[in-house]
Amino acid sequence: MTPILLDPADLALAGTLLVADGVLSVILGLGIHRRLAIAGARMVVQLLGVGLVLRFVFAASSPALTLGVVAVMALVAAREIGARPSSRLAGFGNYAVAATAVAVSTGLTAALALATAIRPQPLWDPRYAVPLAGIILGSVLNAGSLGLDTVLRGAVQQRAGIEARLALGVPYATAMRPLLREAVRLGLLPIVNQMTAAGVITLPGIMTGQILAGLDPMQAVKYQILVMFLLAGSSGAAAVIAASLAIRRLTDERQRLRLDHLDSRAD
Amino acid sequence: MSRLELRALRSRLAGPFDLTLEAGGILTITGPSGAGKSVFLRMVADLDPSEGDVLLDGVSRRTVTGPAWRSRVVYAAAEPGWWDERVGEHFRRAPVALAERLGLRPGLFDQLVRQCSTGERQRLALLRALELDPAVLLLDEPSAALDPGATAAVEALLRERCEAGMALLLVTHDRSQADRLGGSTMRLKGGLLLPV
Repeated sequence: MTPILLDPADLALAGTLLVADGVLSVILGLGIHRRLAIAGARMVVQLLGVGLVLRFVFAASSPALTLGVVAVMALVAAREIGARPSSRLAGFGNYAVAATAVAVSTGLTAALALATAIRPQPLWDPRYAVPLAGIILGSVLNAGSLGLDTVLRGAVQQRAGIEARLALGVPYATAMRPLLREAVRLGLLPIVNQMTAAGVITLPGIMTGQILAGLDPMQAVKYQILVMFLLAGSSGAAAVIAASLAIRRLTDERQRLRLDHLDSRAD
Repeated sequence: MSRLELRALRSRLAGPFDLTLEAGGILTITGPSGAGKSVFLRMVADLDPSEGDVLLDGVSRRTVTGPAWRSRVVYAAAEPGWWDERVGEHFRRAPVALAERLGLRPGLFDQLVRQCSTGERQRLALLRALELDPAVLLLDEPSAALDPGATAAVEALLRERCEAGMALLLVTHDRSQADRLGGSTMRLKGGLLLPV
């Protein structure tokens, strides 16, 4: 079965739905039509752009180019993780922590999947590596930023309890362990929810896409199960790495709690 | 050899401090709020960065880890922090007999921290620190929330521990406490220790 291809007229027709939203905004005085138009146009331009880039990257099929594209995606994810928390580790610490968490968790899980389950020929075939990295980065972004934010927020909020333990001679790592646990637990929640809802409440994106593209549903399901496991692994890794690195940056050689290693940001 | 010795201990906020305290010695430091009394105690406990040196029984704290130092030179904050909801979780074994001496019900150890009054928490935090059998106890306003009866019980317990060799460094804004505890008194002003 070959996929049904879309032409510009099909898209233009569907685009009238967005126009309908705009009309709704004008009639009800929602004042959101301008933002709808901008977001819609932005979405079209972004996706066309990425389509062109991917077509070029797929055709080139060069390991360096594939790695380059994945690296750019990873950097954008790391920037996002570092920017989300309301407090910042000094010396661009948020970004260093986020970059390490993204690189290690995404690299390990993507390499595992490519080397074992999927095994494309060649291994770096961008048709597999790029989408795989993209979907993993999505969950790494969630888990990493939850892990980092929980530690930075919790260290400030629970300062009295943490310092009470330090003052009684408890090692820093022990005093911070409840916070580490909380951070990793929160980082894993989105993937737990995603797995719970998969197939019952939502039809996950990869599976839907492959079915629309003509693949047998059972084959598509197997891919989706593989992806869910990859996401679970990468989420756990991203949360635990981001949280532990942040915890390490909040202390010193005397195992004190150093909240002065946080830049206070004026919101 | 002194139990505790401060050598030019200083930070950006306070100091330099030089003093010695013998085993069993009591030094009460008074001063208005905001004079840096807590800052001073936190420096001695090595909870905040500082320069200079502090020695315990002649041994510099630089030769031991932060946690090892803080388990011998124990700091109890004026507003104690808690890391678990349940009171009992903060103790290795509930010191029921000592608690009763300080006027605390034995059932308190099965309660939640947030159900305890400020005065109860302050006495619990003192018991938590004494459980470590510290060489030096750094106390920050230990009876700020206590009635005269409980204050007397706390002071009696502290004197008893000092007779057994513990050195006590205590900051308070209550001048009469210094008189009742005995030992020597200094006052903290403008980040410096001065004779009274």
